[in-house]
Amino acid sequence: MSPAGRKLPGPGFAILLFGIAYAVATAFVSNSYYQLIMTVVPVWAVMGLAWNLLSGYSGLVSFGHAAFFGLGAYFVALAQIHWGLTPWIGIPLAGVLGGIAGLVVGLPTFRLRGHYFALAMLAYPLALLYVFEWLGYQELTLPMQRETPILAMQFADHRVHAFIALGLMLSAMGLTSRLERARFGLSLVAIKQDEAAAEAAGIDTLRWKLKAIVLSGALAGVVGGFYAVVLLVVTPPAVFGMLVSAQALIVAMFGGVGTVWGPVIGAVVLVPLSEILHARLGNVIPGIQGVVYGIAIVAVILMAPEGVFWRVKDLLLRRGSKQTLTPDGPAAAKTPIADRPERADGKPVLQLRNVSKAFGGLKAVQDVSFEVANGEILGIIGPNGAGKTTLFNLLNGFIAPDQGEVRFEGRNIVGEKPYRICASGIGRTFQVVRPFRRMTVEQNVVVGAFVHSASDSEAQVIARAALVEVGLEAHARRLAGGLTNKELRLLELARALAGKPKLLLLDETLAGLGGGDVEEVIAVVRKLAAKGITIVIIEHTMPAMVRLVDRFIVLDHGAVLATGLPTEITRNPAVIDAYLGKRWRTEGA
Amino acid sequence: MNFAQFAENFLQALSAGLLTGAVYGLMCVGLSLIFGVMRVINFAQGDFMMLGMYVAFYAFGLFGANLAFGAALAPYVAALIAGPVIFVAGLVVHKLLVSRVSGIRGSALESEGHYAQLILTLGIALIVQNGGLWVFGSAPVSITTPLSSSAWEVGPLHGDLVSIFVNQGQTVAAAIAVLAVLAFVLVMSRSRLGKSLRAAADNPEAAIYMGIDVDKAHRLAFAFGVAITAIGGGLLASSYPFQPYVGLEYVIVMYAGVVLGGLGSVAGAFFGGLTIGLVQQLSTLVLPNQLQNTAIFVVFLVIVLLRPQGLFGRAARRT
Repeated sequence: MSPAGRKLPGPGFAILLFGIAYAVATAFVSNSYYQLIMTVVPVWAVMGLAWNLLSGYSGLVSFGHAAFFGLGAYFVALAQIHWGLTPWIGIPLAGVLGGIAGLVVGLPTFRLRGHYFALAMLAYPLALLYVFEWLGYQELTLPMQRETPILAMQFADHRVHAFIALGLMLSAMGLTSRLERARFGLSLVAIKQDEAAAEAAGIDTLRWKLKAIVLSGALAGVVGGFYAVVLLVVTPPAVFGMLVSAQALIVAMFGGVGTVWGPVIGAVVLVPLSEILHARLGNVIPGIQGVVYGIAIVAVILMAPEGVFWRVKDLLLRRGSKQTLTPDGPAAAKTPIADRPERADGKPVLQLRNVSKAFGGLKAVQDVSFEVANGEILGIIGPNGAGKTTLFNLLNGFIAPDQGEVRFEGRNIVGEKPYRICASGIGRTFQVVRPFRRMTVEQNVVVGAFVHSASDSEAQVIARAALVEVGLEAHARRLAGGLTNKELRLLELARALAGKPKLLLLDETLAGLGGGDVEEVIAVVRKLAAKGITIVIIEHTMPAMVRLVDRFIVLDHGAVLATGLPTEITRNPAVIDAYLGKRWRTEGA
Repeated sequence: MNFAQFAENFLQALSAGLLTGAVYGLMCVGLSLIFGVMRVINFAQGDFMMLGMYVAFYAFGLFGANLAFGAALAPYVAALIAGPVIFVAGLVVHKLLVSRVSGIRGSALESEGHYAQLILTLGIALIVQNGGLWVFGSAPVSITTPLSSSAWEVGPLHGDLVSIFVNQGQTVAAAIAVLAVLAFVLVMSRSRLGKSLRAAADNPEAAIYMGIDVDKAHRLAFAFGVAITAIGGGLLASSYPFQPYVGLEYVIVMYAGVVLGGLGSVAGAFFGGLTIGLVQQLSTLVLPNQLQNTAIFVVFLVIVLLRPQGLFGRAARRT
């Protein structure tokens, strides 16, 4: 999503330039110790990139990438020792092994979030460390193969290792920069910013996280296997130890998370620093490497929590602050409101039968049954705590009812995951807006469009159309975090709309809006209804609701108190007592 | 293996598990206090424990044999000395580092600063353990006392076939650990300090309005938390050799215990730690010694995956 019109050299160009520069520098290094450093820098850069693919984009911090690295290292070493397998085949296989390990680790561990995830990830490499010691692999030495050195990746000139490492790094960078701008990157970043909203917008969050950990594990496995060949000795603490996981995390976080350059910057700065200090002072200060990494990460957390890359970019570009704002496009309110199509058949699109949900002793929703006709605008009203939002959460799959069934287009959707329900045609917005704040308006909507688009460009087209529909097209490049309340409400509408819903659940879409803004948003809702989208809306703003909706359902204490046309509901004494209040009676009568 | 043999092994492992577990329980209480009050995952907890071990080691070396109450009890006095020393270290680390990403300042950060805290304390852990390598050396050391190499024989039971040996040093350590936990519970429930800590834990904002200095409460909780764990470390130091990297293994042991007991529950943390001690020792009945820690990690994984709210704890969200 580079700005249209301006043709900048792509990120591939910068990566290529960097690769050439690094290769030239390597060619001039004659000291074998510095050649080793030139090899180890890309190794840790790739480890950082592997970590970044999972943790940098998805926000699930892994403390255990040493598991994949160590498995790769031991696989290549053992395969060469026992089967005589050349690393040229062993290293790619180590990648396959790392990917499989990623899947095996990810499937159970993605049930966890936050620090539980981080700590659980820590346990895998440490458990493996003891297992490999127990198996008797305290120290594996790769045999020198004097007849076939090239086949064994054992070169007299150590620069060859550095070139191979560079090749790995450039491939990893190319892969990352391709992925980060595609569906992969946007989906993961959406998960990082608001997992529930991403799921509701049709993102299969588990599948994307699994893809990320498989790729990440594969990359770590490859580089672990290569590391074994470079060092020729493999020990459990050296490949499964805490410092391996920590180094992956630290080079990435130091350089900058969620960008292809971050881990590379981190490795280029920190690896030579710690290696050279270790060489000079290692006898006096044995733990100097660990101390360097420790100080680096403490300093980054305190001074530039997003890493050097973003800090520098901020200083250079003043990121996000100088967005030129074109004046609002033709406001939605000004567009004439099309006539509603006659409800073709009035067939129910959504049917609830005896739906109940209790939280402990609190019966949030009790025995609720109703139908929503195709093309209808249904308003749900009721006092705070009546169970309105819980009802929406039941409908879009955030929670499962204790009993009862929800049929959408005749199919029972109880127990389906939110992204499946979104894909089948139910979109929603949230009472408290849940945009992906650090993405642009357009990216927010593109995330919502993925569910029904085969390609990224198709998602772009759908997103554009949805933005035009709600009148936000002029704001496409702004960060969602900087929008006004009205714009956020419209953004959520657009994101839901991009999923091509047949039914939209709008949760207090008008909350906190001033008079003119209310009209504008209502106009957009009307327009959507005019296109034939069925709408269920929760709202407290009665005057607006009375004009908007075809029919009301009143909830009180989790149960349906009344249903009917607006005119009936506003005169219903029970509704007035429970919700509207006496003033309504005197004013409305 | 006949029944008597198995019974003997089992009882032996059981008693060893209870004794180690009591000390683990004390260590877990320290970690749990920090999480309970501050909602901070302290990754460096194991390294503060390691520091406690070394404080006990040097305190014992300085004056251990000269104490009036004899060489036998000196290691335990040394372990208790680790408490105040690490308390001060905790105050300093909180003031300079941890407070900048937690409490009021943490709530301004992404996901309330949880990641920043986790990663900051990872950095502290790296500095402390690798710095420890420099200061203390990499050779394992231990505190030897007459008690740690003598045992009471219990039995013979079941005719003459079964008799178990209970290490005297570990028994004294376990007794001190239990007393320390009881004293801590008493302080938390009775004293003004305990009340203000609990108030700060329950609802930091309301506590501020009630005139409680939440930042100070957090600092005290952090310092008490690492000090309690350090005492536990000092108690372990007289029965196990240790080196500067020992903290990492115990970080998992402690988290396993704390998560098992339900994050934030002090009593739960003690019983969680006790359970982990039992698991560790009982695992030796079926697993080779080297896999003891693997057994703990597997148990830890099973607990967080299946019952993240802990076995004894109240329901908590997995975030």
